Amino acid sequence: MSNALEFRDLTLGYDRHPAVLSLCGTIAEGSLTAVVGPNGAGKSTVLKGVTGNLRPIAGQIDFGELSRDDIAYLPQQSEVDRSFPIAVADLVAMGLWREIGGFSGLRAAHRVRVAAAISSVGLEGFEKRPIGTLSGGQIQRALFARLLLQDARLVLLDEPFTAVDMKTVADLLGVIRRWHGEGRTVLAVLHDFDTVRAHFPRTLMLARELVAHGPTSQVLTAENQFRARQMCEACSGPPHTCGRHAA
Amino acid sequence: MMWEFLIQPLADFSFMRRALLGCIAISVGATPVGVFLMLRRMSLTGDAMAHAILPGAAVGFLIAGLSLGAMTVGGLIAGMTVALLAGFVTRVTALREDASLAAFYLISLAVGVLIVSTRGSNVDLMHVLFGTVLALDDDAMILLCSIASISVFALAVLYRPLVLECADPQFLRSVSRLSAMTHFAFLALVVLNLVAGFHALGTLMAVGIMILPAAAARFWVPSIGAMITVSVAIAILSSLSGLLLSYHFSLPSGPAIILGAGFAYVLSLVFGPVGGLAARAFPSRYLET
Repeated sequence: MSNALEFRDLTLGYDRHPAVLSLCGTIAEGSLTAVVGPNGAGKSTVLKGVTGNLRPIAGQIDFGELSRDDIAYLPQQSEVDRSFPIAVADLVAMGLWREIGGFSGLRAAHRVRVAAAISSVGLEGFEKRPIGTLSGGQIQRALFARLLLQDARLVLLDEPFTAVDMKTVADLLGVIRRWHGEGRTVLAVLHDFDTVRAHFPRTLMLARELVAHGPTSQVLTAENQFRARQMCEACSGPPHTCGRHAA
Repeated sequence: MMWEFLIQPLADFSFMRRALLGCIAISVGATPVGVFLMLRRMSLTGDAMAHAILPGAAVGFLIAGLSLGAMTVGGLIAGMTVALLAGFVTRVTALREDASLAAFYLISLAVGVLIVSTRGSNVDLMHVLFGTVLALDDDAMILLCSIASISVFALAVLYRPLVLECADPQFLRSVSRLSAMTHFAFLALVVLNLVAGFHALGTLMAVGIMILPAAAARFWVPSIGAMITVSVAIAILSSLSGLLLSYHFSLPSGPAIILGAGFAYVLSLVFGPVGGLAARAFPSRYLET
């Protein structure tokens, strides 16, 4: 099995303050990986690095055969303006952007796919509702439907289950399993270790630096969790700058 | 009676017909832009840009007198300069967009008032600030109608990127490189429509016909397409009623038109079914909508 992603001594950060230090590792094509770690461990930062929106301070990410267009990214929920008067179906249809671009119209075949995506996240009947009338869980379902339409080889999910009800989590985990079954690579930032143990074969634990990466049962040990907390506490003092840290 | 009040002024005087056509052109062009301004939480940006246009128009006035072309070009240059500078400062420094825009438009406004008041008479200042909707000549009509056409066409082309830029900018950036282009094209449309508006309504009032009908429409319909249609209709009705009131009661026409739109806004605020005061106070009556 080839690699979808390879992190090579990757350092990422904001304004020269690193949030992730010297990360090395590979994400296999078709793997289903959870990214876990304490708050401020750089989990979201890694996903932003993979989307290409954040340039590495040092090191690099090798994308193998993947291009930018093969990557779909679901950021933390707050980014969607839920007061914007757009219908659920229109929001979901934007997942087709790479096929229809900014200007060409939706064909009948596209509409069928939009309807199918909406029904596979359990939102039938909500097509014409403005997104402002949806609950947090329903919004998340709609965003998953949009991801389905993006038809991406690599799916990045940043805390997709925060503030989402149990039933929605179960249904959306079904969508993730479906992606896994279709051979897509999935990388998800998660907090709930029970969910990770039950559904994610592989785990990458971060505490700014890599703590452990491998089969979930070997990564999510009490010892690793303790170490991760310690590492994060150690680095929560005055922030490093890149040059000084290297010295 | 109704005939005399509503139709007679338009039937008798060509300046009234011209004023109405000019206002319709502005309503069709500027109001949809205003809907997007409102939805992007940039309503006050429109106001700032309107002030920023002043020095350009003033310089145009200094060079060529009350020349339509010179004032239009000057206004466009000043407006675009402020928009680009503010965007640039936001991207390269720690200052946020509202603060950098405020800084530049205030500088720009001061320069404009300085130029107009040192070199022109008070009448000229009034012309620039309050417009001359009752004295639109052929060139001005052609300009207003051209800008309205360009604006509608550009919005039709930009519609999808613009909607997505408002609703979920991060997603737009993740799938396309159109984000920055969309933002600046939209700002250009704002400036273009404000320049059109200032010929008729003046720099201070031009932004009113953009924002007030858009804010009113928000209370009537839940979807963006319908919102644009309703806001244009409100803008045209406000223009008509404002012109008629200014004719019958000898009021200045620019403020009368904007007050018409303001009246529509207050009515919508109270009675609008989508989140209006009455709908909030008596929710059961509106459950079916």
